Amino acid sequence: MKRRVVLTGMGIYSCLGKDLEEVRQSLYDGRSGIIFDPSRKELGFRSALTAYLEVPNLKGVLSRNQRVYMPEEANYAYVATKEALDHAGIDEDFLNRNEVGLLYGNDSTAEAVMKSVDTMREKKDTTMIGSGAIFQSMNSTVTMNLSCIFKLKGINLTISGACASGSHAIGLGALLIQWGLQDCVVCGGAQEVNPYSIGSFDGISAFSVRESDPTKASRPFDRDRDGLVPGGGAATVIIESYESAVKRGAPILAEICGYGFSSNGDHISVPNVDGPARSLMMALRESGMDIRDIGYINAHATSTPVGDKNEAKAIDSVFGDYKPEVTSTKSQTGHEMWMAGASEVIYSMLMMQNGFIAPNLNFENPDEDSAKLNIPDKRVEKNFDVFLSNSFGFGGTNSTLIVKNLK
Amino acid sequence: MEKQEIINKANEAMAEEFEIELGDITPDAIIKDTLDIDSLGLVDLVALIESLFGVKIQNTEIASIQTFQDLYDYIESKMN
Repeated sequence: MKRRVVLTGMGIYSCLGKDLEEVRQSLYDGRSGIIFDPSRKELGFRSALTAYLEVPNLKGVLSRNQRVYMPEEANYAYVATKEALDHAGIDEDFLNRNEVGLLYGNDSTAEAVMKSVDTMREKKDTTMIGSGAIFQSMNSTVTMNLSCIFKLKGINLTISGACASGSHAIGLGALLIQWGLQDCVVCGGAQEVNPYSIGSFDGISAFSVRESDPTKASRPFDRDRDGLVPGGGAATVIIESYESAVKRGAPILAEICGYGFSSNGDHISVPNVDGPARSLMMALRESGMDIRDIGYINAHATSTPVGDKNEAKAIDSVFGDYKPEVTSTKSQTGHEMWMAGASEVIYSMLMMQNGFIAPNLNFENPDEDSAKLNIPDKRVEKNFDVFLSNSFGFGGTNSTLIVKNLK
Repeated sequence: MEKQEIINKANEAMAEEFEIELGDITPDAIIKDTLDIDSLGLVDLVALIESLFGVKIQNTEIASIQTFQDLYDYIESKMN
């Protein structure tokens, strides 16, 4: 017997704001978080466009002995997770008395690796790399740091599924709860924003070069899109069994109704239509819902020519004549990659809770495929109770989540 | 380098790196307790001393360095 899985807390640190309220306002206002970073030109970047956010200063919040093991992305993840736990009403005592799990999406630790290798090459003495480097450099750095800081005692695992990592983390957490293996899991995704982490991405010409107007560069589904803009930060959700939430009197915000996944079994970087479509259909099947129950689709659409085109085809193939609003919040945030699947659930939650759909910025002209979807370029004031969120990644990994309002 | 110069330089760097008050560092105080470090933190202390003085504390010798006075004496002996 599958158990119901509910969402009871959220926390976020992104280019749209340092907490839920700031992010809600940015979404409502349709504010872009994208800037031009001249320092990237000095590093030889083809595109110097990036989301902008400050690394939080946790001195005085966490001890030196905690911070020394944390790379940039773990700092973001700490802030987001603290907010999410507080939001869910989970305190230290609860964490001590229960086996709360942790599944977090992350797929790089480039800056930490680079720094330690640079030191090794320069000093020719591995001791000089310091004690923090190994823990900062492992791909599981976020989960190892968060689990120790918050004293988590359940499953402790990093999910590396490229740009679908955060979404898979939530989906897999929901499965563990559904089958009674965990009562409560902290899920999320983190993404480093430093230039070193995405230089190689720039190198394959994946980024928009519309540098003259940074806020216009990320334009998912628009006919004239020319690539993605990298972003990052961290997003955390607290999910738990319905019984657990009721027992502790938690604020029940929504229900994770469906998780679909698939692999394209195709090209390493070029997405196809069949894989995403199967992920969408699996999520719908698992949720037991009809397509007409879906009030809003948060697309993966990153503003790349092929990716957006094939996602538009996949959505159209599944939804046909029923056309709920489809937007990509990446038009405001850029592509938050390992974090995106989690952050976009939170963006969609904030919209669902507050009765609006943020505009798909820069959607000025459709192409032949996006013309078949209902993509608003202005904010829509609309109450909806169910959304679907897509996340796709390199290697053809796909994840789809369906979330229902319970407030 | 004069002994007092070694002491001042080491103390200032340790206070900053391990985020403690300079006044907490006294010659007879136990290093690990005062700096609040475990074996991993000792690695950072070794790296700090090496970067400051060019003196590498060997693994076989570190157990004998318990107090700050032990550390100052060790650095002085290696530098001279």
